[in-house]
Amino acid sequence: MAAPEKSSRAVGAVRQSFAPWNEPGKSPLIRFEKVSKRFGDTLAIDDLTLDIFEGEFFCLLGPSGCGKSTLMRMLAGFEQLTNGRVLLAGEDIAGVPPYRRPVNMMFQSYALFPHMNVEKNVAYGLVQEGMRRDEIRARVAEMLKLVQMESFAARRPDQLSGGQRQRVALARALAKRPKVLLLDEPLGALDKKLREETQFELMDIQIKLGTTFLVVTHDQEEAMTMADRIAVMDHGRVVQVATPGVIYEQPASRFVAEFVGDVNIVETVVEGGGSGSPWALCAKNDGAALSVDDPDETLERGDAVVVAVRPEKMRVSRERPEGEANVLAGEIWDIGYLGDWTVYRVRLDDGAIMRVTRANATRFTERPLDWEERVFVSFAPDAAVILTK
Amino acid sequence: MRRGLSFFNVTALVFGFAFLYLPILLLMIYSFNESRLVTVWGGFSTRWYGELLRNEQLMAAAWVTLRVAFVTAIVATVLGTMAAIALTRYGRFRGRALFTGLVYAPMVMPEVITGLSLLLLFVAIDVGRGYWTIVIAHTTFSMCFVTVVVQSRLVTFDRALEEAALDLGAPPWKVFFTVTLPLIAPAILAGFLLAFTLSMDDLVIASFASGPGATTLPMRIYSQVRLGVTPEINAASTILIALVTVAVIVAALVTKRSVMRAERGG
Repeated sequence: MAAPEKSSRAVGAVRQSFAPWNEPGKSPLIRFEKVSKRFGDTLAIDDLTLDIFEGEFFCLLGPSGCGKSTLMRMLAGFEQLTNGRVLLAGEDIAGVPPYRRPVNMMFQSYALFPHMNVEKNVAYGLVQEGMRRDEIRARVAEMLKLVQMESFAARRPDQLSGGQRQRVALARALAKRPKVLLLDEPLGALDKKLREETQFELMDIQIKLGTTFLVVTHDQEEAMTMADRIAVMDHGRVVQVATPGVIYEQPASRFVAEFVGDVNIVETVVEGGGSGSPWALCAKNDGAALSVDDPDETLERGDAVVVAVRPEKMRVSRERPEGEANVLAGEIWDIGYLGDWTVYRVRLDDGAIMRVTRANATRFTERPLDWEERVFVSFAPDAAVILTK
Repeated sequence: MRRGLSFFNVTALVFGFAFLYLPILLLMIYSFNESRLVTVWGGFSTRWYGELLRNEQLMAAAWVTLRVAFVTAIVATVLGTMAAIALTRYGRFRGRALFTGLVYAPMVMPEVITGLSLLLLFVAIDVGRGYWTIVIAHTTFSMCFVTVVVQSRLVTFDRALEEAALDLGAPPWKVFFTVTLPLIAPAILAGFLLAFTLSMDDLVIASFASGPGATTLPMRIYSQVRLGVTPEINAASTILIALVTVAVIVAALVTKRSVMRAERGG
């Protein structure tokens, strides 16, 4: 994987002060070590190694069936490993039953006990610990305050809305002050507006408590918003572990580029540059050449590669742009007006469809682009990423 | 399109219900008959209910029946619930199909055969037949009904609830008593009431399994009727019908309520 800190340039919005994964010698809170899990004939987790550090907001992101939930349930103790080890604070937790692990989970269905009120639900874990009654009462009050549900203590789960249930489930999972909080699709059941609000609340709570959060989600927007680092998973393997910015701007593979966000892919071959030079010239099948940065300087002539460009890093214009490295001609195929963005689908002369987005920074446009108009799509050499996988 | 009750529908309904309930209704009405003659109406009276209370044979039989039904219901509920849990939770153990079949077989087995086979067993192992043999016999055939009721609740049970309890630090036995049991309790209660009523109104199996000194109410009524129907029997039957009806209605309500709650919550 490319080292992002080659120069002072940074990608994405990162918590600059927080990067324990870059500290040499720092031991992780959670370590999955060559972990495999087999269900009958299918390999759900395939020789996976992953470190998660204390205080991280970590997301496991991937399509359904990629093994992310299985990985989380291994940490909770609901799935046994076929091979490998899971270390928590340096100790192998293989033999520890779920009820003795310093890890708590917020379930996708929330799993609130329907026969207990909110207060009893939050207190359940504390009662199991044998905590004194006045301490329990104080802790429950503190937790309900944290999730702003103080006035609902006496309600039963069936008298709460989806968002309220989610808060109670969070309070219950946090009440025992676990070392790690596991969140299984925490926002999946909420509607879009509430989801965004809750994302930021979860981040606030995580920073306030300093607890390590491990979130499983298939929603890349959710992962991008909340996580310090994301592990993108596919077919039981981790494909890339990095900060959201790196995942988006320097995807390690075509799968990551396509799974996280929208991307335009051009399949091509290295024609010039390469082998030691920080740029590569790639030939498209219609003869046009693309000039793209190659920071790794590892490409050779004749390598089959894909050039991936994000839609917002491309420009679409009526006149051929001057001095631009990569210009592709085509016509407007579709226009989608989203309010904040406009999406242009441009059909290039070789038949490929490019997706270009433009922020609607002003309310009025002189002569807007129209359907079937001849246009030029252009992008800078450093706007694209060359992927070999 | 709204369908009114056509003449045919009404007739079918009336005859259907009459066929089912007219005999029972007649029996109940005649239990309040003043006259000793069963078929002649001699005015309203609760006299036979009083006579019934003074009939020691009938009262003794009623007492045996209640005791049998109560113990049967408890044992059948415990065993039936355990079977239901085993069948729903331990999905793929060896011989599961066989076990399922064995649990459900008594439901479709002719009562005469169940009774006869139990009689043969009791004779073979030389147990004195009486109160306990009836309890054992009743438990074997009412257990499967408990299993069916509890199992139907367990298949809709959200396993995440139990995982959440485990995750919060409760060991498995505590999870069962604090989460699983309270949530399936309505189904267990319904199963209990069902087993209770099944035991209470059984004649055939009890006849095979009982011995001297342990006569249940249905057996006593049956033997008396052979000598002629008395209004006392009508009164006893009316009470029996009332008890069974109440138990069945309560069981139905309890199940319905728990289903509704399960649908709303979670």
